[in-house]
Amino acid sequence: MDTVKLVYEIDGDNFSAAGEASTAVKRVLKKLKLPSAIVRRAVICMYEGEINMVIHADGGRAYVDVDEEKIVIRLEDRGPGIPDIDKAMQEGWSTASAEARNSGFGAGMGLPNMKRNSNDMKIETELGVGTTVTMTILFGGEAS
Amino acid sequence: MEISALRDLLEGEVLCGEDRLDDEIETLFASDMMSDVLACPDEIHCLLTGLINQQVIRTADMMDIGLVVFVRSKRPSEEVVEMARQRDMVIILTPCRMFTACGRLYEAGLGLR
Repeated sequence: MDTVKLVYEIDGDNFSAAGEASTAVKRVLKKLKLPSAIVRRAVICMYEGEINMVIHADGGRAYVDVDEEKIVIRLEDRGPGIPDIDKAMQEGWSTASAEARNSGFGAGMGLPNMKRNSNDMKIETELGVGTTVTMTILFGGEAS
Repeated sequence: MEISALRDLLEGEVLCGEDRLDDEIETLFASDMMSDVLACPDEIHCLLTGLINQQVIRTADMMDIGLVVFVRSKRPSEEVVEMARQRDMVIILTPCRMFTACGRLYEAGLGLR
């Protein structure tokens, strides 16, 4: 299989549209006939990340690369950055808005769930500059 | 249980997916927190919720959930129903409250640990 490279702009102004990129990614992964458990893990990572980008960072850009061994999802935003990654990784910790909470998100479950569904997750963040989250889903490996 | 039997138990109204009423469902998840739904490691056939926005349909789509039940007769917009229709989902509206709906379905043998 040739490497498939996808790029999506994430609109940070429209919460109701959040998830459109994840829907598109799911469609591509299913077309590639990847195992359904892998597709599910990847789209959960992508969707949680996309929601985070809209809630916290005014959108950004998502890069999804698929090769014979893995899916790599890289989410780049130019938001405020994460002041304390350890706290952000705690289940239940959240700084989300009321709008996000009223929509069923912002419970502080996103980042832990992204980590759980990926084999590797790396967060690079700088206050006032932005955050990049890179997640790898291996076809041969169990979720972390 | 067939979806049509669930509809009858919950005195429900089918908003879309009429052609899938004979699909079988075994597992059910009830929540207004979409984050909790996404964190569920098990296969979910049916989602019960009091939220009626687009993110419910997207969450169900990501989790391959084929049936969404909106409780307390909260009617979603046509846009939300159309999103579900495009994804080949079944949407049911029930007058039951969440607790009552869960109770009836639990008694009938549905649920997740």
